[in-house]
Amino acid sequence: MFDNFPLWPTQASTGAANVDALYVFLVVLSGFMCVSIFSLILIFAIKYRRRAGVAAEQIEGSTHLEITWSIIPLFIFLFIFSWGAFIYFQERTPPRGAAEVYVVAKQWMWKVQHEEGQREINELHVPVGRDIKLIMTSQDAIHSFFVPAFRIKQDVLPGRYTTLWFRANKPGSYQLFCAQYCGTSHSAMIGQIVVMEPRDYEAWLGGGPVVPLAVSGQKLFSEMGCVTCHRSDAQGRGPNLVGVFGKPVALEDGRTVTADENYIRQCILNSRGQVVKGFPAIMPVFQGLLSEEQVNSLVAYVKSLATPQPGGQQAGQTVKTASAATQPEAKVQ
Amino acid sequence: MATAAVTQERENYLNAEYGIKSWLLTVDHKRIALLYLMSITFFFFVGGFFALLIRLELLTPAGDLVSADTYNKLFTMHGQVMIFFFLIPSIPAVLGNFLVPLMIGAKDLAFPRINLLSWYLYVIAGVLYSHCILTGGVDTGWTFYTPFSTAFSNTKVIEAGLAIFVAGFSSILTGLNFVVTIHRMRAPGMTWSRLPLFIWAHYATSIIMLLGTPVLAITLVLVVLERAFHLGIFDPALGGDPLLFQHLFWFYSHPAVYIMILPSMGVVTEVIPCFSRKRIFGYKFVAMSSIMIAVFGFLVWAHHMFVAGISLYSALVFSLLSYLVAVPSAIKVFNWTATMYKGSITFSTPMLYAFGFIGLFTMGGLTGLFLSALGVDVHVHDTYFVIAHFHYIMVGGAVMGYMAGMHYWWPKISGRMYPEGWGRLAALIVFLGFNLTFFPQFILGYLGMPRRYWQYPPQYQVLHVLSTAGSTILAVGYVLPMMYFLWSMRYGKIAPDNPWGASGLEWMTTSPPPTFNFEETPVVTWEAYDYANIPAPEEAPIER
Amino acid sequence: MSASSDSPVAVETHDLALRHHFATKEQQREAASLGMWLFLSTEIMFFGGMFCAYLIYRRLYFTEFAAGSRSLNVTLGAINTAVLICSSLTVALGVRAAQMGKRKLLVVLMLLTLVFGLAFLGIKGVEWTAKFKEHHVPGASFHFEQTELDGKSIDPQHIQLYFSLYFAMTGMHALHMIIGVGMFVYLTYHSWKGRYTPDYYTPVENGGLYWHFVDIVWIYLFPLLYLIDLKK
Repeated sequence: MFDNFPLWPTQASTGAANVDALYVFLVVLSGFMCVSIFSLILIFAIKYRRRAGVAAEQIEGSTHLEITWSIIPLFIFLFIFSWGAFIYFQERTPPRGAAEVYVVAKQWMWKVQHEEGQREINELHVPVGRDIKLIMTSQDAIHSFFVPAFRIKQDVLPGRYTTLWFRANKPGSYQLFCAQYCGTSHSAMIGQIVVMEPRDYEAWLGGGPVVPLAVSGQKLFSEMGCVTCHRSDAQGRGPNLVGVFGKPVALEDGRTVTADENYIRQCILNSRGQVVKGFPAIMPVFQGLLSEEQVNSLVAYVKSLATPQPGGQQAGQTVKTASAATQPEAKVQ
Repeated sequence: MATAAVTQERENYLNAEYGIKSWLLTVDHKRIALLYLMSITFFFFVGGFFALLIRLELLTPAGDLVSADTYNKLFTMHGQVMIFFFLIPSIPAVLGNFLVPLMIGAKDLAFPRINLLSWYLYVIAGVLYSHCILTGGVDTGWTFYTPFSTAFSNTKVIEAGLAIFVAGFSSILTGLNFVVTIHRMRAPGMTWSRLPLFIWAHYATSIIMLLGTPVLAITLVLVVLERAFHLGIFDPALGGDPLLFQHLFWFYSHPAVYIMILPSMGVVTEVIPCFSRKRIFGYKFVAMSSIMIAVFGFLVWAHHMFVAGISLYSALVFSLLSYLVAVPSAIKVFNWTATMYKGSITFSTPMLYAFGFIGLFTMGGLTGLFLSALGVDVHVHDTYFVIAHFHYIMVGGAVMGYMAGMHYWWPKISGRMYPEGWGRLAALIVFLGFNLTFFPQFILGYLGMPRRYWQYPPQYQVLHVLSTAGSTILAVGYVLPMMYFLWSMRYGKIAPDNPWGASGLEWMTTSPPPTFNFEETPVVTWEAYDYANIPAPEEAPIER
Repeated sequence: MSASSDSPVAVETHDLALRHHFATKEQQREAASLGMWLFLSTEIMFFGGMFCAYLIYRRLYFTEFAAGSRSLNVTLGAINTAVLICSSLTVALGVRAAQMGKRKLLVVLMLLTLVFGLAFLGIKGVEWTAKFKEHHVPGASFHFEQTELDGKSIDPQHIQLYFSLYFAMTGMHALHMIIGVGMFVYLTYHSWKGRYTPDYYTPVENGGLYWHFVDIVWIYLFPLLYLIDLKK
């Protein structure tokens, strides 16, 4: 029982130190406030204990004091708010060029899909020093992806993507927990984030034949017949998907939305209500026909169409792996 | 003493009528308060029993005492029983019901029959929930999050939801009664600025009960309908939004925590002046802080949802507002401390509980600052840090305030004194047991131990063992008062009308009071907390 | 702010207008009135949760809400609105009759209110039966044939959401109407028995307040549910 008895979690990400700094400040502040108040109470209790012949002094109050001890805490609180908000803003803004990993949560396991094609269950291998962005969804109830060593957490919802990013800065193996109660084996829905030196990570990536996620997506795009309507010329019955990811899209009901992961995913599953202006509402509904992992591969494929190919190759025929950002040298397809 | 014999024979609300019908059909607010006392005490021990099982299971990292499903039911039902069947009614339904009319000089609450109805609704809810426990229980977590509760749980969600729905109406009617009573039934001369701060606290609490509870009620109705008919309001698989549930749920459940703490603060605000022989420091500010807590409390609900998938900008707004609501609570702590300055302090049991309250509420409240800080909350949300935070406030705060109040007004309620030595001992045991139980949980939480975990990685075991040890001590601390209060009803010293030399109209009538509270309607010509003119107990002659 | 006490001693009386714990009749009346207003504020919060869900989903899925709305019978809805407004008139006149001590008139007006209330419920029953037959009741047998509206597509899940809210809101309203009908049966009976006099007519007044509230909820429900997109 006493073998491994930590009192402070490891810091294994670039963000962890920021969170810990605010935490330590709050601990010190709270300690100071507690010591002050408890001392005052103790001192008053002793100094002003009941003594024969000594009456209490009736003091109505002091508006000055009230204002002082309202304003000063308020400013301290606003300071803490700003600091916390700043950290949160960083936590919720993934850097550009982050490597993307898709995560599907289900009762009671974590399924991971690397863009390079590797799949993992309850484990996530990442290289140290690289920005990693997780794009997550759930197959059933709400889960939550929690890595204490990185000080990050994000609820994983059914029906949409949520994202989380980190940059691990210390090789090692770190606990992954599900942090949103999800049923019987909620406490068994745990795993490991394995942070490796870049060379070891390459070696791990290279093990076994794998198909990059976007390439699987391209294959599925063809098998499911998407390519028949979503052609890369202007003659398809569906919109041309080249370059569409991340751009604004005008919908039939007048709204304009950004074609982010959630939009693409929703269109694949059921485009009713989000049909692009000028196109008929004839896209089949794929909800129930595709697994979340298959949807992830299609999304990855559509994202890969965002960047046109050098050498004049038509998009839709060749896919550049979006994993170029994860590796120092770009892999040539 | 000759007076003892006289007081024993004097008619009061306890001996005015005998027989079970006279209790079950009473409209006397004081008897209804005792009916509530019995029922909430029952549920306190039910919830406490679940807590002990939880802590026993957590002694070891492996799940070896109960099954995972059973454990999930245990923490769900511990939470629901403690919150809806103990904490929310506790002070308002027991001490509030007993004292509000007395403190304002009225003969009863505005609607005595609705008061009795509210108890029956509570009992019906309690029977329904007990049936739910006995026939399988519910395992959704006390928060009923969708779509787990509507589409995946295989337990009695509908029954639990309906029970809590009914309990909610009990709460609403209590709040309604208090607001009307405080507005319309004050004795002549009892102006708003002469009201005891216990009344201000209950007024603020009642506003929250009235406006917040109905939202929980409709949310539970929608969950029940969705589960029964697969509607899809909250289920993304059917086109709905699970976050809508969370917003609706927390819109009530955050103000609910102020329902649980404000009455306790009201108790402490009565006890500290009495045992410092001093008026409260900053009456107006303390009164206003209760109202501000009630108002601001409605504006912060999404601080429970910072990692739930709300937008960054939403999160910023709710974090900022959450810091604003911390200010009035801080004001109260400073005012209580300042009240002690240049006072004449004695260390009775109620005062010890009040000290414990200030200490533990301060710690719990400060950890609220941690949780409102967005960057830190991301790490500690849904961990034991949150559990420690709310137990410091609800147990270290609200329950200690309840104990302070029960000891302070016990002579008035029962006509007997509890044994002071045992009272102080129990207060100390509770304080020590509580800290040992919950302080390690702050550390556990920052280490990353998630909530609602039946089994856990071995490195967390030492802290869990400390916590469980503390919980057994805490349990002893709660069983002791049960025993000596019961003992005192037969063997306790007969209480004088005002054993503490306290201010307040309730102390100007007999202990226990007559059925209609006062021989003559009082006419108030003095300010609240008039301790300059009230002699301390040793100096006052024993009345009558 | 508080009513001053005329007699400090508890008045032992079985007078309905002055119960034992009140000092004056005025105090009792004011307390009852405040109590009913506070109760109505809780009802506003109660319905508010559903209105909130409605507003959010309508904003998100306007097309489906419009299509669902068009499938309702606006004529019947309008008749029901008129029925309720008339019933509020009879309630208000009833309160006046009680104030003036006109027992027979009061009884007639209470009965009329009952009739209107029952008519409302009957028409609602007709509407719901139609919805049931058209398979617009959410659940296993839900089916909405229309697939697009004005060139915009209709998502079958979102249109079921509309109907879920339709039934939840009108159902909750109908439940409150049924309670109101029960209340007015009680009031009619006791009016006939002569219980309500100019000195004591609080139940009529407060029952009337409740009825007006239920009416107002319908006045919001009708345009929100029936009149979303009336273009033909």
